Amino acid sequence: MKISATVTLKKDVLDPQGKVVGQTLKNMGYENIINIRQGKYFEIELNESDEIKAKKIVEEICKKLLSNIVIEDYKINYK
Amino acid sequence: MKSSVIVFPGSNCDRDVAVALTKFQIENQMVWHNETQLPKSDLVVLPGGFSYGDYLRTGSIASKSRIINDVIRHGKKGGLILGICNGFQILIETGLLPGVLLRNKKLRFLSKNILLKVLNTNNKFCSNYKNKNIIQLPIAHNEGNFFANNELLKNLEDNNLIAFKYCDERGKIEKNSNPNGSSNNIAGILNPEKNILGMMPHPERFIDPLLSGEDGSILFKSLLRPE
Amino acid sequence: MKITPKIIEKHGIKPTEYKKIISLIGKSPNLLELGIFSAMWNEHCSYKSSKKYLKTLPTKNSKVIQGPGENAGIVDIDDNDALVFKIESHNHPSFIEPYQGAATGVGGILRDIFTMGARPIATLNSIHFGSHSHPKTKNLLNGVVSGIGGYGNCMGIPTIGGEVKFDSTYNENILVNAMAVGLVKKNKIFYSKAKGINQPVIYVGSKTGRDGIHGASMASAEFDENSEEKKPTVQVGDPFTEKLLLEACLELMKDDSIISIQDMGAAGLTSSSVEMASKGNLGIEINLDKVPCREKKMTPYEMMLSESQERMLLILNSGKEESARKIFHKWGLDFSIIGKTTNSKNLILNYNGNEVANLPINSLSKDVPIYDRKWKKNLNSKKLNPPKNFENLKIFESLKKILMSPNNSEKSWVWEQYDHTVMGDTIQKPGGDSGVIRIHGKNKGIALTVDSSAHYCLADPIVGGKQVVCEAWRNLISVGSKPIAITNCLNFGNPEKEKIMGQFVETIDGISQACTYLDFPVVSGNVSFYNETQNNSISPTPTIGAVGLIKNLDNMMTKNFKEIGSCIFVIGKTLGHLYQSEFFRVVMNYNDGSPPEINLFNEKNNGLIVLNLISKKLINSIHDISSGGLLVSLAEMCIHGNIGAKIKIPRKDIGKHQYLFGEDQSRYLVEIKEKNKKEVSKFLEENGIYYEMIGKTEKDYLDLEKEFKIELTELTKLNSCWFKNYFEEEL
Repeated sequence: MKISATVTLKKDVLDPQGKVVGQTLKNMGYENIINIRQGKYFEIELNESDEIKAKKIVEEICKKLLSNIVIEDYKINYK
Repeated sequence: MKSSVIVFPGSNCDRDVAVALTKFQIENQMVWHNETQLPKSDLVVLPGGFSYGDYLRTGSIASKSRIINDVIRHGKKGGLILGICNGFQILIETGLLPGVLLRNKKLRFLSKNILLKVLNTNNKFCSNYKNKNIIQLPIAHNEGNFFANNELLKNLEDNNLIAFKYCDERGKIEKNSNPNGSSNNIAGILNPEKNILGMMPHPERFIDPLLSGEDGSILFKSLLRPE
Repeated sequence: MKITPKIIEKHGIKPTEYKKIISLIGKSPNLLELGIFSAMWNEHCSYKSSKKYLKTLPTKNSKVIQGPGENAGIVDIDDNDALVFKIESHNHPSFIEPYQGAATGVGGILRDIFTMGARPIATLNSIHFGSHSHPKTKNLLNGVVSGIGGYGNCMGIPTIGGEVKFDSTYNENILVNAMAVGLVKKNKIFYSKAKGINQPVIYVGSKTGRDGIHGASMASAEFDENSEEKKPTVQVGDPFTEKLLLEACLELMKDDSIISIQDMGAAGLTSSSVEMASKGNLGIEINLDKVPCREKKMTPYEMMLSESQERMLLILNSGKEESARKIFHKWGLDFSIIGKTTNSKNLILNYNGNEVANLPINSLSKDVPIYDRKWKKNLNSKKLNPPKNFENLKIFESLKKILMSPNNSEKSWVWEQYDHTVMGDTIQKPGGDSGVIRIHGKNKGIALTVDSSAHYCLADPIVGGKQVVCEAWRNLISVGSKPIAITNCLNFGNPEKEKIMGQFVETIDGISQACTYLDFPVVSGNVSFYNETQNNSISPTPTIGAVGLIKNLDNMMTKNFKEIGSCIFVIGKTLGHLYQSEFFRVVMNYNDGSPPEINLFNEKNNGLIVLNLISKKLINSIHDISSGGLLVSLAEMCIHGNIGAKIKIPRKDIGKHQYLFGEDQSRYLVEIKEKNKKEVSKFLEENGIYYEMIGKTEKDYLDLEKEFKIELTELTKLNSCWFKNYFEEEL
């Protein structure tokens, strides 16, 4: 089973990378880009056919490792 | 000889390389990234540092600076370009040099002195290394792992476009002497016309006997007074 | 919003303090004003528990240009050059988010340096973690080292020294102390004192977000189980923006536009504006609508207490605003005129056309209560019985255990993650007794070191305080520099507890005594209290950062043996004090007993004579004897130079373990050419310096008569495997 997860910085946390990327795009002529925030995308393949069990595992690994819960949020993309 | 050192926001080895160029009597100017035109130059240097904080991909944002178009034009006309560390990363992002620079194999920043074998002295940067082809220079980087696929590697090797490889005291090129996992121990490469050199180590930091090395001096001397 | 007792408590203000506030300002504060008091009256900003004792430290000598009270201390290093330096802690945030905590710690200390007009030329750090076997330690170590490297490397400033210590005392309270040093021309120093009325007050740098609101209060509160939640938003550092800020500020400082400048650190806009106004005896009026904000709908409370990084506050000469704006615009930074200086002596904040706060500046600065906390003298351990049968231990096995222990292992795993050659002036990199930086374009250099000895201080705070200053002094002398001054970071537990306050008072006493005797004053520093979790306090940990001058770099010394056939002298008498030594603690697991005594007369005398010998070019190499004692220090000289030694113990009046592993102070190991032996001996005798010759350097082996003979390659391997094994990497 394949499940994907996206990890992003929490809403109020400074994103230095996103800030600079956004400014660069403006300098490249993309005037209508207001804001960009950068995150990470994980594609997780599991050896588990039970969907509920699989989701539980992905929740757990997101909390424990994939995201730094002090400054990041995660979202699991269920198909 | 006239040189231009491009300064990007976040470059931090610009002063060091300017000191080296001036020490070896190369007439140098600092050029801000936002300029559209280069002053008359024989050599353009893209210095080390963390241009734009290394954000997104290292060198990626600098490669979109205003001045880069003129740098590319200079390179295509046969003008000399030296990219050191972050400069090498920028040259790759502009497409002036091939391959990609990935994160060091051990996933850590590494600052240490390493040994290099100079493999191609038939170019304006390395000609004076003819008499000394095992040299010591410092590296200081987190993304120095040069990666090329098999086809590109063959191309580089067959056409003798590899300038430096990491080696040991006897000049042996092997895994143990490779600090960052780069393909074939590659530390620096040239373009086919040999007017553009990209290298991860910092020659500008070894121009002083007090700092335990003058192997960097040889590169600058080659530029001005090839032996 | 009604101010309830619970809200007052949440702001870290005691009922007695609240009463005092009301009497000072003649009204009840509103929420914003309460927040401002909470920031300015907490320990981190006000030093209310420590000020009384900090005042007793010596802060002057002929080289001091600026002592404590400014952003950093400044000393004269000849030809119109001056050195700006300071050490600061960022302990609590680093425990919660090690990478960002350490990174922003580096960022903060760097701003303290360049805010005074100095280009930073080096950083050092002292980091302390719990036992290596504690489950949190590995991640914390990794995060902190990455964070320090990530910020410092991006700024392009070499990290040239430091220390890493492991001790279970820091299990739940790690310490991250960051030191920075900058170079400035004596006649081009910038201060934070506001001057002139109606001068524009300007905000530059990053936009303001909700970062670390109440971080200054967090720094002053102990951790409890809910600490994980006590971080509305952790500060994230952006070294790229700070590099731009550095260049923009230095560019602006080329002319006389700036009247005063202050970085926004703990308690951000609040502390910077209040401190500038307070020093200048002026008032300040701020229009919060003009504060550049990163997030939407930020309240005045959030704006004033935000600890967003990479921001500075400037007071400019009228008329210079536009030229300054151009510079900051070029570097891509926000520039906003947010207020002006006034003669009201008040802090007045306006927002949306309303006055939202009005407080006398003095109530936030000069009138902050200073406490005279109760304290208990440390109970000195009486003479104990030493651990049984230590004399039976094989010398080599003991040496091996010490060299392989985490605290005594060589630490290139750590410092190779810090760029230490950028800027092209690093003469001695990490791993030596002190780091050395050449002053750009000249043949003089500065030596820098950072040291601590928490276990000595726990055993006896007065002696420990003296010792740590002496060790820093010795480390500077060991590279051939003349010690000038120190900065200190005083890391302690909860000062409201008498025992802890006693440790603080006595440590300061010890530091004071040593600094006074050695003419080695304190010019800057900070205090970090409340390093305690669930009543477990850390050992008292004063960290000393020290600076020395090498007038001519031709006279610089290093600790690696230089040639075979030299004589090895021990300067200073070995008495054989084993309590609190690595031998007892690491090999015998015995932690009781008093630390080695300090004899300040010998310390000074030995040091100055050694400097004299160095200037006469009579010493080949030198290393001070510290942690581990004589044999360990000797092994280090062999390993560093890849040249061995053949030695024998020259005396029989103390046991061999005492001689080899005792940690008596004021001693140096020196390598002397055979041809200079007579002259050196004569000079030492004439000056009443105790010395012994223990042997000679030789090829390939460390050979201790009747005990062991070991190959240097083996010795080197023993000393360099701990970190690699810990992180399971290929050797």
